[in-house]
Amino acid sequence: MSGIAGKPAEHTQEALKGIRDTGLEEVRLRTFLAPAWRTPKGLYGWLVTVDHKLIGRRYIVTAFLFLILAGLSALAMRFQLAQPEAGHIGPDLYNQLFTMHGTTMMFLFAVPVMEAFAIYLVPLMIGTRNVAFPRLNAFSYWVYLSGGLMIWIAFAFETGADAGWFSYVPLAGPEYGIGKRPDFWAQMVTYTEVSALAVAVEIIATVFKQRAPGMSLDRIPLYVWSVLVTAFVILFAMPAVMVSSTMLILDRLVGTKFFDPAAGGDALLWQHLFWFFGHPEVYIIFIPATGFVSAILPTFVRRPVFGYLGIVLSLIAIGFLSFGLWVHHMFATGLPQLGESFFTASSMMIAIPSGIQIFCWIATIWGGRPIFATPMLFVLGFIFTFVIGGLTGVMVASVPIDLQVHDTYFVVAHFHYVLVGGAVFPLLGAVYYWFPKITGRMLSERLGRWNFWLVFLGFNLTFFPMHILGLQGMPRRVYTYPPASGWGEMNLFISLSSLVVFAGFALFFLNLLLSLRNGRIAGDNPWGASTLEWATTSPPPSYDFSRLPVVTHREPLWAEPDVLPVVEGLRVDAREVLAGTVADAVPQVRVPSADNSIWPLLSAIAVGGAFFGSIYTPWAVVWGAIPVSIGFICWFWPKGEPEDEE
Amino acid sequence: MRHRPVADISHLPTYDFGSASPMWWGTLAFIALEATGFALAIGTYFYLAVLARHWPIGAPAPDLLPGTAVLAILVASVVPNHMIEFWARRQDLAKVRLGMVVMSIVGILPLIVRIWEFPALRISWDQNAYGSIVWFLLGLHTTHLLTDVGDTIVLTVLMFTQKGKAGRRFSDVSDNAFYWDFVVVSWVVLYLVIYWVPRM
Repeated sequence: MSGIAGKPAEHTQEALKGIRDTGLEEVRLRTFLAPAWRTPKGLYGWLVTVDHKLIGRRYIVTAFLFLILAGLSALAMRFQLAQPEAGHIGPDLYNQLFTMHGTTMMFLFAVPVMEAFAIYLVPLMIGTRNVAFPRLNAFSYWVYLSGGLMIWIAFAFETGADAGWFSYVPLAGPEYGIGKRPDFWAQMVTYTEVSALAVAVEIIATVFKQRAPGMSLDRIPLYVWSVLVTAFVILFAMPAVMVSSTMLILDRLVGTKFFDPAAGGDALLWQHLFWFFGHPEVYIIFIPATGFVSAILPTFVRRPVFGYLGIVLSLIAIGFLSFGLWVHHMFATGLPQLGESFFTASSMMIAIPSGIQIFCWIATIWGGRPIFATPMLFVLGFIFTFVIGGLTGVMVASVPIDLQVHDTYFVVAHFHYVLVGGAVFPLLGAVYYWFPKITGRMLSERLGRWNFWLVFLGFNLTFFPMHILGLQGMPRRVYTYPPASGWGEMNLFISLSSLVVFAGFALFFLNLLLSLRNGRIAGDNPWGASTLEWATTSPPPSYDFSRLPVVTHREPLWAEPDVLPVVEGLRVDAREVLAGTVADAVPQVRVPSADNSIWPLLSAIAVGGAFFGSIYTPWAVVWGAIPVSIGFICWFWPKGEPEDEE
Repeated sequence: MRHRPVADISHLPTYDFGSASPMWWGTLAFIALEATGFALAIGTYFYLAVLARHWPIGAPAPDLLPGTAVLAILVASVVPNHMIEFWARRQDLAKVRLGMVVMSIVGILPLIVRIWEFPALRISWDQNAYGSIVWFLLGLHTTHLLTDVGDTIVLTVLMFTQKGKAGRRFSDVSDNAFYWDFVVVSWVVLYLVIYWVPRM
């Protein structure tokens, strides 16, 4: 381990403080670490914790609860569409349902659940004890939760957003947007984007600085690479929707004219800003899902992934290219043809790095000995489904085809293939794969297989016919259709098939609940996987690792299955992690890690209150700034933790 | 799993400056996302300007004086800001305290001038899209300025307490100075857009 020593201490006096782990026996080590990293028991502990595992877990659970809400709203829509001219749901409620479905799936489920897994897994996979800014992490969860609750409570009071998940103006503008519906949508966006941006910053700082010694850039697990690239995409994409939703709320609340053509504004400006965020958003969901695949696949084919470098470069290329596609959502708005051609070309170009990844995975399977456990089934289901979604993606990237199928069910079919096939299948695979690590128990394989086949077949039976319906001309976002259209039978078939998907998900949740109590005990590394999270106990202790690992190989646990190389010299009586150089992870600093605190929650309440108030009056921002400032000051003010004495 | 100690890191410091510190990277990431917000708002400005028949719409170009005064103060503040950075790295508490007081005052000054800067735009936010975007740009930078000045004042107070003597506070001061440079640079760009594009 040359270079591990880092630079000599500049502050020798400080460097000698505290009790160190050097030479301590494992049992004694734990008696020190457990109180230092402990989360208090009970409600108070639940409110103050900054443990990335507890926060990651509650993020995951919350995101799945939102998935259930969004799924139920989809079922309600399928109930209405099962027959022509059915009268179960009127147009107003239907508008709210499809808007809440899309908004919830994108903002409250897909992005948060991907970040949630990153929050849980990244510190374990890179061999540290918490994310870089643990209190910011806690804050981000509370902000996310309050944004999600706010928009659903508004829906319960018949103020559900109703202008589509992209809330186009002028429909959502001051002229046509009814009551406060679009305002709740716009502020929900602000909440969730604040939270997503906070997590992105944490992930970047954590992956750059807190990797285990020796984990140079070319030894970072592919999943971690994927969330790192995603964090950068979030960093540059999310500000666009924050800027645009702020402009929307200003137009509605104080009479600015950003989107008002009569006063020099422009309705298409909204679409540009929204899709500048909205297209990368798809990749914010998709890139971590490919990371799941690259993590699961090697474990179940018993060999390292083929083409590590190719996959990393593809991930980075997808991250960049995702910013050059947004206009393909706007082909039907009459933009100049040259511009459209450019975006057609770039939309097709992104198929290249996506294709490289797929070929690398196929080569990995080819050269390995596949074991068809449930996580692997979901990976295979992903490859099949995503390829179909990718193919229709190349089709709609072409302007003439897009103009034909724009706003029809063909597009609904396409993006569900990409999003469900491309992200939800790997996500379910990831749940089966890491559930043993998170809970210490295995999920039932039998229920898992039923779960997979029901969801996989149900999904294809539900969404494949939508391609045909779209080609026949059935438009999106209609609450009913006439019998003479001839779409009735196909719609009935789709609605019945959606019950199969529903049954598949019901089995999934049943499996989770049953296995939580009765699942087989997992042990540290039930799948015989190669990455660091499997080197610690299942579930991991509050401090993740009793000694921080040293990485000497890209597949550390396959290179040395029985012995973990570790560093010594960290404090055990206070929270401390190791920060190193960005490229080579050579240790530089022993950094204190923030302790539990109630202030992230109180600050989130203050921020949430200001956002909520601003739906009704601009003065809420001014008066709200006072509690927000108090919250932040108390959060950051040092409170005599041991490390502050240094 | 058995452990095999292979390295001793007990001699490492518990804080450092610049890119060695995770907080520096966090600050850089926040700068990147805020800069993206500014860039998109400036993009919106030019988008609306290209669409308009005449720019600015229905208003004279903004009055130069208050904005230029803010520019002068902010550009001048770079000197004490970098002196603080230097003193923080040398961990010279007395000079850092003095510098932080100076920077707090230097931060408050442009906020006072800004009271006259909004009327100097010579258009209201609700008059037309031009009014909306210039108020938006100025509002964005004012929020930015307010939060960083707030942060600077809190840190200044902290430096005068017992807790200010902890070594890592110097690293905080250094990161705060790093962020201030961004506040200044962003105003140089916004100043050119708000005050000089309408005169072109």
